[in-house]
Amino acid sequence: MKIAHHATDDTLTLSLDGELDASSSVSLDTELTKPEVLNYRKVMIDCQRLNYISSAGLGVFISHLQRFQDAGVKLVFFNMQDKVHNVFEILGLDSLMTIVPTQQEATAV
Amino acid sequence: MKHTIRVSCSRSNLKTVRDFVAGVLQQHQLSDILQNQIILAVDEIVANLIIHSNHEDENKHLDIRIEMEPHEFRFEAEDDGQSFSPAEYRDPDLQEHIRTGKKGGVGIALVNRIMDHVEYTTIGTRNFCRLSKRLP
Repeated sequence: MKIAHHATDDTLTLSLDGELDASSSVSLDTELTKPEVLNYRKVMIDCQRLNYISSAGLGVFISHLQRFQDAGVKLVFFNMQDKVHNVFEILGLDSLMTIVPTQQEATAV
Repeated sequence: MKHTIRVSCSRSNLKTVRDFVAGVLQQHQLSDILQNQIILAVDEIVANLIIHSNHEDENKHLDIRIEMEPHEFRFEAEDDGQSFSPAEYRDPDLQEHIRTGKKGGVGIALVNRIMDHVEYTTIGTRNFCRLSKRLP
């Protein structure tokens, strides 16, 4: 899993490249745990190159969602492949998290 | 046709097993979504066996077998770690997970929702997890 950062004044964009499984999701967890992440108004997750996600990857997002909400940070996913979106749908997570098709829509959230 | 692979109980072998399953499925022209679901269900079971049943002990192994019938996918994993008791399993409450910041515990829910049949058998010291899914 490669994670690229792009930060503006109030938005942090993390672009995920690779597969999020029980082995590789540790690095994403480390990234989202950093206290400075909570200084942004929004964290956008670019999923264009996220080819796979297992429960361990979902668990990382599930475990940080409340912490983000409490700090007033929006978590927004965009550019998600259908097969990855399907995994969120199987558990009903698509209705508990903000997932939009494009970067423009993610920016507008 | 039966396909088999033996892996040591290391997290780094999760990718090895996913690639193995993908290789078997590739010949069967399934949709991207269905293929991904089957790989995911196998990955969840294998991750649980490696991490929870065998505590990532690389001296221990999983024997994995896949059988493709014309309209059914069948998977079996055999190991000698701690057995899993599905009777003690409770379907997760995701809103509760979010509220408490819980990280794990949704893998088996994915497996149960994806697969048509899930069973766990223990014979002596050997555990067998078997999954099956009907194919279009």
